[in-house]
Amino acid sequence: MLDKTQVERIAHLARLAVDEQDIPGYMRDLSNILALVEQMNTVDSAGVVPMAHPLEGKQRLRKDQVTEVDEREILQTVAPRVEAGLYLVPKVIE
Amino acid sequence: MHKHTLSEMSRGLRSKAFSSEELTRHFLTRIERHDPQLNGYITVTGELALERAREADRQLRAGTAGALCGIPLAQKDIFCTKGVKTSCGSHMLDNFIAPYDATTVERFNRAGMVLLGKTNMDEFAMGSSNETSYYGAVKNPWDLAAVPGGSSGGSASVVAARLAPAATGTDTGGSIRQPAALCGVTGIKPTYGRVSRYGMIAFASSLDQGGVMTATAEDAAMLLAVMAGFDARDSTSVDHPVADYTAGLGNSLQGLKIGLPKEYMEAGLDADTAKAVEAALDEYRRLGAEVIEISLPHTHLAVPVYYVVAPAECSSNLSRYDGVRFGYRCEQPKDLLDMYMRSRGEGFGAEVKRRIMVGTYVLSAGYYDAYYLRAQKLRRLIKEDFVQAFQKVDVIMTPTAPTAAFNLGEKVDDPVTMYLSDVYTIPVNLAGLPGMSIPVGFAGSRPVGLQIIGDYFAEERLLNVAHQYQQVTDWHRRIPEQFA
Repeated sequence: MLDKTQVERIAHLARLAVDEQDIPGYMRDLSNILALVEQMNTVDSAGVVPMAHPLEGKQRLRKDQVTEVDEREILQTVAPRVEAGLYLVPKVIE
Repeated sequence: MHKHTLSEMSRGLRSKAFSSEELTRHFLTRIERHDPQLNGYITVTGELALERAREADRQLRAGTAGALCGIPLAQKDIFCTKGVKTSCGSHMLDNFIAPYDATTVERFNRAGMVLLGKTNMDEFAMGSSNETSYYGAVKNPWDLAAVPGGSSGGSASVVAARLAPAATGTDTGGSIRQPAALCGVTGIKPTYGRVSRYGMIAFASSLDQGGVMTATAEDAAMLLAVMAGFDARDSTSVDHPVADYTAGLGNSLQGLKIGLPKEYMEAGLDADTAKAVEAALDEYRRLGAEVIEISLPHTHLAVPVYYVVAPAECSSNLSRYDGVRFGYRCEQPKDLLDMYMRSRGEGFGAEVKRRIMVGTYVLSAGYYDAYYLRAQKLRRLIKEDFVQAFQKVDVIMTPTAPTAAFNLGEKVDDPVTMYLSDVYTIPVNLAGLPGMSIPVGFAGSRPVGLQIIGDYFAEERLLNVAHQYQQVTDWHRRIPEQFA
């Protein structure tokens, strides 16, 4: 069973603001999901090679040549705050 | 006109029985009249549709039109459509107008299909009932008190009610097949890597796959022919030749070996669902097939493995939603951390947050080996079960879902109960295999689907097997009376 501190830590790692009143609900739901996941331990998987890709795919590589075009203007039409081609965020450096 | 299949529409347009504009207006009128009851559409692109229809009519008159030119299509709101709102069913992207088209959208546009609108879906494709959408739940046209299934619930619902003759969907753990089954339509999820994921908003990158929902397998074959193919812009796209999906539809099923996994016919399966599936298997025997019992011994691990892998991958994919470059940004952020926390906390719904948190936990320091790495090992065992089975049989058939559609609100309070409705579909995504669902009857007034699973890149075979059944039965032609 996950405790309050664990849930708060996970939420922080995931950068998710969670209301104090919602924490018990998350504790319960996350614990139930992890209990479901525990069923993985009913099987011995020693010696089995992990499978990341169903078809054993390999990352395709391409030549190190510039092929993309500058689409900043159109891509920034959906930005919350932009100025002089820069994305604006709250001040980071003190 | 809405009762026509895509191939009938294609012939009708060519023979000038009707124009694309008439056909499109017909569907737009139906949407206006019926969609308020279903909530299947998030955005209806009326003006754009008529523009495209008129362009299609020009091509039809000039004789330059392809087979699908002028036929309307709905796109799940997970595919980026340039200049058109693309929300992924989420508050996070409520303000997002896609600056480019997904490859799937480009391909259907090039084929001259007419975009009717973007369909409703569970938020970020996470759900099995279309109840997690920011835009409200979708209803099942067969029973408005029932869920349509998810996450492609909007697509399934609008096709079942013929508010679109076909719709795209995506499937990560069953999100095309399960809603297809619950709404009594045909759905196909191709082999992993068959259809480009470029512009298809990512949930779980090793599981996601785009596909379609239609009334018939023949229609699905026509659409898959357009969707399938290598795309250099998707690094997981497979460069495998695209078969002629319509060519093999008429092949006889004499001698076909169908595997029935015993683990799928055990306790938890609703009796009426089992009956409909058994009746379908009898039909297949009459078509010349042999049904052989097989075993997929690691089946019980699929749901636990999926609920490690999918949340882990989603926690990574959804980390891009940070209020900086696109999507929702909270009001008056105090500092950067506050902006991240509140943009994401306010922009995402509860189920999405749950899955991000599970994913974050299983990937965190100290837990990665016990959870994610272990899940990847078990994933190989699940895949191996199928590889073994396909040495003995040509296709595998199972119920698509353990029950017919459940009621709205019935499972929303317990995530784990909801997760278990995908018990039959999830293994197929873990293995990366192609799968279909076709309607084979009813449990009471709610449809039942049969899942057909094929070997890698065997979509042609799946479509043939589905099509032959649809030549001797008529479940796939039924439309709920209120929408007929």
